Amino acid sequence: MTLITENNDVQTGFAPEEPIIVKRKKKSIAFKIIAYVVCIFLALLSIFPFWVMFINATRSSGEITGHPVSLIPSNHLSQNIEYITKYDDFKPLRGFTNSFIVSAGTTLCAVYFSTMTAFALVDYEWKLKNAFFTFIMAILMIPAQLTGIGFYKFMYQIHLTGSFLPLILPSIAAASTVFFMRQYMKPSLPMEILQSARIDGAGEIRIFHTIVLPLMKPAMATQAIFAFVNSWNQLFMPQMLLLSAKEKKTMPMMVSLLRGDIYKTEYGSIYVGLSMSVLPLFVIYFLLSKYIIAGVALGGVKG
Amino acid sequence: MEPFDNEKGAADETTTVNAGEQIATDMSAVPTRKRRSLNHNVFGYIFSIPFVLAYLVFHLYPTFYTIYLSFTDAMGLTQEKISFLTDDVFNNYKRILDNSVFKEGFINTFLIWIMNFVPQMLLALLLTAWFTRHRNKIRGQGFFKVVFYMPNIITAASVALLFNSLLGYPVGPLNGIFQSIGLFDKPFDFLDNKLAARITVAFIQFWMWYGYTMIILISGVLGISPEIFESADVDGASEFKTFIHITLPNLKPIMLYTLVTSLIGGLTMYDIPVSITNGKGAPRNATMTNTIFIYNQVFGGSYSYRTASAASMVIFLVIIVLSVFVFKMLSDKDEVREKKENKKRMKEFKRAQKLQQQGGAF
Repeated sequence: MTLITENNDVQTGFAPEEPIIVKRKKKSIAFKIIAYVVCIFLALLSIFPFWVMFINATRSSGEITGHPVSLIPSNHLSQNIEYITKYDDFKPLRGFTNSFIVSAGTTLCAVYFSTMTAFALVDYEWKLKNAFFTFIMAILMIPAQLTGIGFYKFMYQIHLTGSFLPLILPSIAAASTVFFMRQYMKPSLPMEILQSARIDGAGEIRIFHTIVLPLMKPAMATQAIFAFVNSWNQLFMPQMLLLSAKEKKTMPMMVSLLRGDIYKTEYGSIYVGLSMSVLPLFVIYFLLSKYIIAGVALGGVKG
Repeated sequence: MEPFDNEKGAADETTTVNAGEQIATDMSAVPTRKRRSLNHNVFGYIFSIPFVLAYLVFHLYPTFYTIYLSFTDAMGLTQEKISFLTDDVFNNYKRILDNSVFKEGFINTFLIWIMNFVPQMLLALLLTAWFTRHRNKIRGQGFFKVVFYMPNIITAASVALLFNSLLGYPVGPLNGIFQSIGLFDKPFDFLDNKLAARITVAFIQFWMWYGYTMIILISGVLGISPEIFESADVDGASEFKTFIHITLPNLKPIMLYTLVTSLIGGLTMYDIPVSITNGKGAPRNATMTNTIFIYNQVFGGSYSYRTASAASMVIFLVIIVLSVFVFKMLSDKDEVREKKENKKRMKEFKRAQKLQQQGGAF
């Protein structure tokens, strides 16, 4: 990239006609102004809703009704928290715990088993290998919502509704994670090391755990972030499977309770509830945004 | 059988293959080694077992079960025996296709998707063009990417409810702003107007996804061979022309991928429309989508698995047909163009030959 710009400078430097350079400069200044204005506007558009949410979480309902938007936080945060936890339904701590159990379980299953499946696809030669990979590509985009009805009724029959297991176990077969891990593993798996481990008499399962898993850590970390966030944000499946299990509601399910009549005029507490539901995601995002953006660029599949 | 060659995988370089064969012939003399490496490839199957089992139980069986349910009389939570429809096999499908709410929901879903996808793609392309310029680079790209992508990672249900609060009526942040800058005289109830509610859902989807699309497109541009850009630059092509004639055609496969994934996501959209109003498609079914309809068929009280599964299958079919259509259309176009060009070349070649012959004859 730097090479190209250097070339440009050299070219414009040697250009014989001055007016063209001036014209170009004027044009480029105009372009820059427009580009920065648009980008800053879009950035504000991204930040504004969350800004209002966090600030209003600290303000009383009276303050919010008077001036819905404010730049300065107020001091009613604890009151708002008190109000929102007064009722039985919205229990942020319970929601956190439940969402965490589901997301952590899903992440572990997805990352561990996908790496294993990818290893099978990369390192070994077996008859159905290519057919299996084609199959994984084919099921990559099938949306889970459309087979949800059969899934729910099946789980109901084997008495697994109201349990976290049906939310966690399907991620053992996470096609998109397998696809990503395979793409990452294919060029980077050092066959010589595996080879020498085999000659030393290491078993395949040990090779997988002591050589492959540590080597795949960076890719696994990226996929873990996506698996965790995706699972944390799920609404459709938990809403079906955990509908009647009050104690097992996940965070996004609890959030929809905030629409209820109890909170109709308690604006401050609605914003508190919303803030609580997204706070962990903000923390994750601002700690790991570099890796997340890089992961998306590598082809993070839509959740 | 050369077991060690196999272990090398699909090595492209001939040197490694040769080396592998060399070892293989050496090693095949030792029978224990041979058995061992044969065994070792069995682990390809063994390591795939968890995936396959989980897929069969949690994905494939439910899929077939959904298809099965759509041809039965499955209804009610405590039904003892489900049986196949005998007199009219497609009764559930007919019922669904006659259902006005389903039809309305389907049109809504499609409308909301289009209203979100077109501006999303256009903005993402514009930003991609800006962020991949070779001259006049925009500073702070890293920051902008992080901020533009941010809404994508936040729980859609929370985002929808947040917008519900922001659009509060009669008192709410957006109504306050619009009134103070003089856009509205009196507060406007966004979520009680059919068109405004749809636009709101589409806007949220757009707002959540344009950053994602932009990052995907930028990574696509970075994947294009830099030599093409360099030669365009040497030829003195403007940034705009380079983008139209070089970047865009090369981005086509990635745009196609985005189109298909967005279409699938759009046709099964649930979280935002269900969270932004009352969860039943208010106002007056304006935000009723396919998936909300399916959910409500079962959990709206009647446990009508038969119609819910039939509706699922109809949408499933639509998605398959549209995806195949999109892929086919674009690849066929390329093929047709290639054939045309080949024909043209052949014609020119023949004409040249003819001219030569004529020249020879003269």
